[in-house]
Amino acid sequence: MTYPALSAIILTPLVILGLATVLTWVERRLLGVWQDRYGPNRVGPGGMFQAVADGTKILFKQDWIPPFADRGIFVAAPAIGMMTVLLAFAAIPLTMGTGIAGDMNVGLLFILGMMGLGVYAVVLAGWSSNSKYALLGGMRAAAQMISYEVFMGLSVLGVVMMAGSFNLRAIVAAQAGVWFIIPQCLGFGVFMLAGIAQTHRLPFDLPEGENELGAGFHTEYSGMKFGMFFIAEYAGIILVSSLVTTLYLGGWRGPFLPPAVWSALKTGGVVVFFILLRAGLPRPRYDQLMALGWKILLPLSLFNVMATGTILMLRAS
Amino acid sequence: MTTLLSPARAQGLAEKIAGRLPNGALAIQPACDGVSAIWIAAADLRPVLAALKAPAATSLMLLDLTAIDERDRTHRDGQPQAAFTVVYHVISLTARMDEVRIKVPLGATAPALPSISDLWPNANWYEREAWNLFGIHFHGHPCLRRILTPPTWTGYPLRRDHHARATEMPPYSLTEEHEAREQDAMRFDPSAWGMRRHSDHSDFMFLNLGPNHPSVHGVFRIALQLEGERIVDAVPDIGFHHRGAEKMGERQSWHSYIPYTDRVDYLGGVMNNFPYVMAVETLAGITVPPRAQMIRVMLAELFRIASHLVFYGTMAQDVGQLSPVFYMFTDRERVFGIIEAICGFRMHPAWFRIGGVAMDLPEGWEGLVRAFLHDLPGRLDEYDAMVMRNPIFRARTKGIGAYTTAEAIEWGVTGPGLRATGLAWDYRRHAPYACYDQLEFDIPTGANGDCYDRIAVHVEEIRQSLRIIRQCVDNMPAGPVKADHPLTTPPPKARTMHDIETLIHHFLGVSWGPVIPPGEARASIEATKGVNTYTLISDGGTTSYRTRIRTPSFAHLQMIPLLSRGIMIADLIAILGSIDFVMADVDR
Repeated sequence: MTYPALSAIILTPLVILGLATVLTWVERRLLGVWQDRYGPNRVGPGGMFQAVADGTKILFKQDWIPPFADRGIFVAAPAIGMMTVLLAFAAIPLTMGTGIAGDMNVGLLFILGMMGLGVYAVVLAGWSSNSKYALLGGMRAAAQMISYEVFMGLSVLGVVMMAGSFNLRAIVAAQAGVWFIIPQCLGFGVFMLAGIAQTHRLPFDLPEGENELGAGFHTEYSGMKFGMFFIAEYAGIILVSSLVTTLYLGGWRGPFLPPAVWSALKTGGVVVFFILLRAGLPRPRYDQLMALGWKILLPLSLFNVMATGTILMLRAS
Repeated sequence: MTTLLSPARAQGLAEKIAGRLPNGALAIQPACDGVSAIWIAAADLRPVLAALKAPAATSLMLLDLTAIDERDRTHRDGQPQAAFTVVYHVISLTARMDEVRIKVPLGATAPALPSISDLWPNANWYEREAWNLFGIHFHGHPCLRRILTPPTWTGYPLRRDHHARATEMPPYSLTEEHEAREQDAMRFDPSAWGMRRHSDHSDFMFLNLGPNHPSVHGVFRIALQLEGERIVDAVPDIGFHHRGAEKMGERQSWHSYIPYTDRVDYLGGVMNNFPYVMAVETLAGITVPPRAQMIRVMLAELFRIASHLVFYGTMAQDVGQLSPVFYMFTDRERVFGIIEAICGFRMHPAWFRIGGVAMDLPEGWEGLVRAFLHDLPGRLDEYDAMVMRNPIFRARTKGIGAYTTAEAIEWGVTGPGLRATGLAWDYRRHAPYACYDQLEFDIPTGANGDCYDRIAVHVEEIRQSLRIIRQCVDNMPAGPVKADHPLTTPPPKARTMHDIETLIHHFLGVSWGPVIPPGEARASIEATKGVNTYTLISDGGTTSYRTRIRTPSFAHLQMIPLLSRGIMIADLIAILGSIDFVMADVDR
């Protein structure tokens, strides 16, 4: 293995973790701006080191496992959550040349697979906590994330068909003319909604549902185990945002600026949009969320696959 | 009789009751608030109430049910012999100002009455309260257990012979058996509440929602029987916030009790002072000058806005919308800015005084209020776009937690919860107090009585309150802000240094507090959450003999089981938010 490849493997997770940590501060500041208040602005310039302070605090908190919890699974759940998200990043190409396995021929499938495995983190956490609120959260998570995985997979099919490849670099290359967000606007919409549901963010944060379930699946977690769920959630946001960038927004393509900057800018824009959604929208009820998925998103994404296929076939013939 | 309460109260209900009594009433007790009390024998109680209710089922509300310990009372002229009295306060929602008190005398040993919870379902909690605090037993009550105190409590706190302070008790100690007993009492037994653990095809899960749950708005516990996420049954458990506000009323002077009232509905501020001082003024026969009346109304409406803004923001928060609460609290800060400029205090100003208000309005108050009147409507329109027209918000609140006008009346629901069902009933119109009869305002109503309508009514009430405040600012009369009467607090001081009689009266007035003439008076207002009533009994002393606080939230929470059967947990949270309750207002 070459030296740059090794360093990428070591560096990428560190960078992602760092970004996810900073993102907690960015989100709180942005929410502050949108909600007519300050947000954390005391630690460091503009409150930038708040994330460091929080991280330090959470590291030194007592690592407590409730006596009624299923110990092994309870410990494994946050690790699974963290691991699957970080592994998925391996297949994301930052630019044509950078990325760990950006050229993987089933890159997109790999990422979807990893996100699918991520469900286990939430479900197992809810189950092993052996507490009622956590159980309800885990139950919601299982239904929500498994359903939305379906729509997510279906929605990206259109992109795959147009690019003719599961390789993420090839998908970006296929957007040389027009970004896929234009021909695949339906798929984009479904993918965004499914992305929110997969990362269980407001408005689709039903597994946590603080107003109903206290903290949902991670009610019993504290200290760094809770911190891992927290960081994994933010890493998940970055992951979905960079996927949106790669699949629909032309990846690193853009004039004047270097490709890596374009990638980062676009991803950052999508992340901010995610945060804006959180600031603006209430949470639907559990059955309403499922109805939205199975009654609206499923037909829409199926229609999208059918329409894309038909147009591609007509064009080819 | 004061100008506070109209002297010409309708007597329709009283006449009807008198007509139903085969042997006539035991006594008819006139009260200085114009609501006559009819004494009837315990045996007549159920027939009379049933006959009274039958032809007017959808218009008669049991506003209050409480008891009086008469054993220490000296001024009971013309009242039948009684150790305890149970008082039923019935109000007609169709005839204006038609209210009646029905009193039943009871003996000192094992006082008991038949329950009327089958006639008026809201009597359930009131009877439990009377049992809990006075030890009056109600035969046929479905679940007569302690409601405001812990289940292990012994004694009846509101009886006159029950101690009121910790210093009257031996030091507290917790023995092991005692601890075990307390622990045992905390164990939840579903069968005690009529719930089953299993059905034919599934086991139920029992979820303890509260007392420290983010969405129960205070210390309030609901035991839920769940099948999946669907609620099979719910049992509200209150009393965690009980501080004995009524008992304190018997220990504080008439004047020094005012700050306690502030804390009953802690979002309502001076709105709580209002019925209390009105009741004292009725007893003392004080006429409040017009300027003080108008200032009171203006402050009360400002607090209505502040309280409704909190409701609006937290309601949006309850269905997961993060931002509105921050905008609405910013507006509430502006209300508090005005209130602070006028009263010198923000949430609990205790600013009303017996006979008027504490001080005249400060210089420049008009500008502050007018600027606020100018800014808020535009912001309310923005909130409409953000919250009320949000499709997810509508999906979460429309058709959820609906009840009909008839159900609302059966359960004693007043305020926005009643108006959302379509009945335009507002105590400010039913029996105008202070200067509400001179002010123009509309009574907003809903149609479906669901969460959405309750919220819409609240929002429209903010606009109506702004309208009332504008009229107050435009028409603020000149003149004194406190009545010239020896029983006002603090008493008039101008002539104290000129003649010795005034000095003596002033000295007694500020050291003992005023001595209010014996009698009974009740004052009701349309508070932020519904009808808030203070019933005061004076035995001719410096403190109240009995202070009864009828709060709207207590009645509203009782409906929760009815509303929550068959819905999801998330809907219950939306319903709790839309009821707009404050736990201190429930438990007192």
